[in-house]
Amino acid sequence: MSFDALTAILLIPGVSAALLAVLPGYALTARFNVVATLATFLTSLSLFVVEPSSGQYLLVDDLNKVFIVLTTFVGFTTSVFSASYIHHEIETGRLTPTFLRFYHAMYQTLMFAMNLALVANNIGLMWVAVEVATLTTVLMVGIYRTHEALEAAWKYFILGSVGIALALFGTILVYMSARPVVGEGLDGMVWTVLVAHASQFDPALLNVAFVFLLLGYGTKVGLAPLHAWLPDAHAEGPTPISAVLSGLLLNVALYALLRFKMMLAVNPAAIAPGPLMVTMGLISVIFASLMLYRRRDIKRMFAYSSIEHMGIIVFAFGMGGPLANFAGLLHMTMHSLTKSAIFFAVGHIAQVKGTQKIADIGGLTVTNPVLGWGLMLGVVAIVGLPPLGIFMSEFLVVSSTFARAPWLTAILVLGIIIALGGLLLRTGVVMFGEPKGPTAPAEASYVPMFTHLALVAMAGVYLPPALVTGFTNVAKLLG
Amino acid sequence: MSSLQFDIAHLLAGSLVLASFMMLYQDRLYSLLNVYALHASVLALSVAWQAYVQAAPHLYVTALIALVFKAIIIPVALHRIIKRLGIHREIENVIGIGLTMMAGIGLVALSMVVMLRVTPGADALAREDLAFALSVVLLGLLIMVTRRNAVSQVVGFMSLENGLVLAATGAKGMPLVVEISVAFSVLIAFIVIGIFLFRIRERFDSVDVQALDRFRGERR
Repeated sequence: MSFDALTAILLIPGVSAALLAVLPGYALTARFNVVATLATFLTSLSLFVVEPSSGQYLLVDDLNKVFIVLTTFVGFTTSVFSASYIHHEIETGRLTPTFLRFYHAMYQTLMFAMNLALVANNIGLMWVAVEVATLTTVLMVGIYRTHEALEAAWKYFILGSVGIALALFGTILVYMSARPVVGEGLDGMVWTVLVAHASQFDPALLNVAFVFLLLGYGTKVGLAPLHAWLPDAHAEGPTPISAVLSGLLLNVALYALLRFKMMLAVNPAAIAPGPLMVTMGLISVIFASLMLYRRRDIKRMFAYSSIEHMGIIVFAFGMGGPLANFAGLLHMTMHSLTKSAIFFAVGHIAQVKGTQKIADIGGLTVTNPVLGWGLMLGVVAIVGLPPLGIFMSEFLVVSSTFARAPWLTAILVLGIIIALGGLLLRTGVVMFGEPKGPTAPAEASYVPMFTHLALVAMAGVYLPPALVTGFTNVAKLLG
Repeated sequence: MSSLQFDIAHLLAGSLVLASFMMLYQDRLYSLLNVYALHASVLALSVAWQAYVQAAPHLYVTALIALVFKAIIIPVALHRIIKRLGIHREIENVIGIGLTMMAGIGLVALSMVVMLRVTPGADALAREDLAFALSVVLLGLLIMVTRRNAVSQVVGFMSLENGLVLAATGAKGMPLVVEISVAFSVLIAFIVIGIFLFRIRERFDSVDVQALDRFRGERR
């Protein structure tokens, strides 16, 4: 294999992980972590300039370019946030230098695994990558070693493994259905070959395979009723990991699902994956938005909000068609940026106040104005108020599906409105209520948070034409 | 393929399902581990037979991994962990053994109906293998659901992975990548679990998952 950008986006995090595992000193390693993720991000941008050739194992096309750039960008900004977050954790003694070394190595391993899952052209390799990503996040969720963190990690590990196991069974079934057509051996797992021949596969076997894949990868996407691991994992792990989980890992699992959906779409005799996805998406939206009202932990609350938004995205992709796919892609991008920005704010807020309980946090706009207003901007964006990016993408999702399925879309809108009420109700006190808790100024880096929010705000009023053409191409690809 | 070859493959895959059933009613951790070792040995035999029948020498590697790693190293290591933690007492089942067995029978029937119906095109051996493999996977899930103890949940998960290996080897000519990855993932899973068990012990002096439940995030 020749050395190109494709290899580089795997090599940089891979090598960095090994280095960070042995390098001492958190100031140095935190900086090194930032530099490595920046290098990965810049390399991923070069994919647009020179497109590396795809092989039997790795693949670059319009679809995964979008995902790779989004992943590496949020990976980079999160590492900047992580540097200042970790500084505080070391000072308060919640993390020891040994654990920190482990944390940074895991962070890069996670980046490696996510990039590998995105560029894999082999469905077996993709599965392995998603599994590695799961295991690294399990370890990071449990890093604080408190009762809650251990329970969350254990739950995540068990449910994640079951999901992953079901996905492997689905993968084996796909191979079984492909074998009579493309022959034995490696070709039977190469995605590009599979898509080219999928029309001749046995539809019955393909149907069962997709059900397993939907349940398996759907667990990782956090779709209700398979979401049980998600709120705990978000609430108990370090906040940078919550940001990466919500902003990126859920997308990677969704990407795997989309690849298989594209394969099924080629075969006219197989079931349409759309209705299944639409159903699970809607259940997630309604369920998660109702759950928002009774949250007491601020990170758990935003985790439920992630379930809701993944539901909206899966709904959009399930409806299909160029417009809905475009809306789904845009919404996924906006959600990644906004939700990670919110977690950046929440991470610092929890550090300043020393608690994640909503009842113990109050009047942030008075005590910590920058964080408070930053969080407010994020919440306004995430509930979908105009003129920010999520309003735009939610509007597109609704308008592109309303004509085709008015009732389903009505349910979706209902879910979005319930969620809006829940989030504003719960966070209103946090931002504007009576000031509570310590009022010390936060030692925070606000740059990542406001960069994300600025991008989201800009997307609400102006989408660059290059982005629109790019997303349109991908939307057509998704069918 | 001669009918004798088919019969033996059938017998071995069927034995794996039987071993899964045996795990369902074990009420002691040590005996559960012993049955798991049996489970893994049967898997090793089954994979080795597939390697012979399919004339696929690389499958012998998978069989060897199953025998050495899953049937010997893991049970021995878990044995020692249990002894060290002093938790060899009875396993608490969430529901009674009778009900669990009924549910198990239902799951096997379900996987037969599903897999045999959707694979009329595939060759007989692969069909049966997939149906048995799905049974083992579902029974593994059932074990995980009905046990409260962390170690027995892990054993349930490992038996589930055995079912996946059975499916992967039954699918003729499936690239080696996957077999290695399955073995590898078991290894990683084991390390992870090992770490978790030690941490759990450190903090709780217990590996009963119910003890963890008390500390749920929402009920502080």
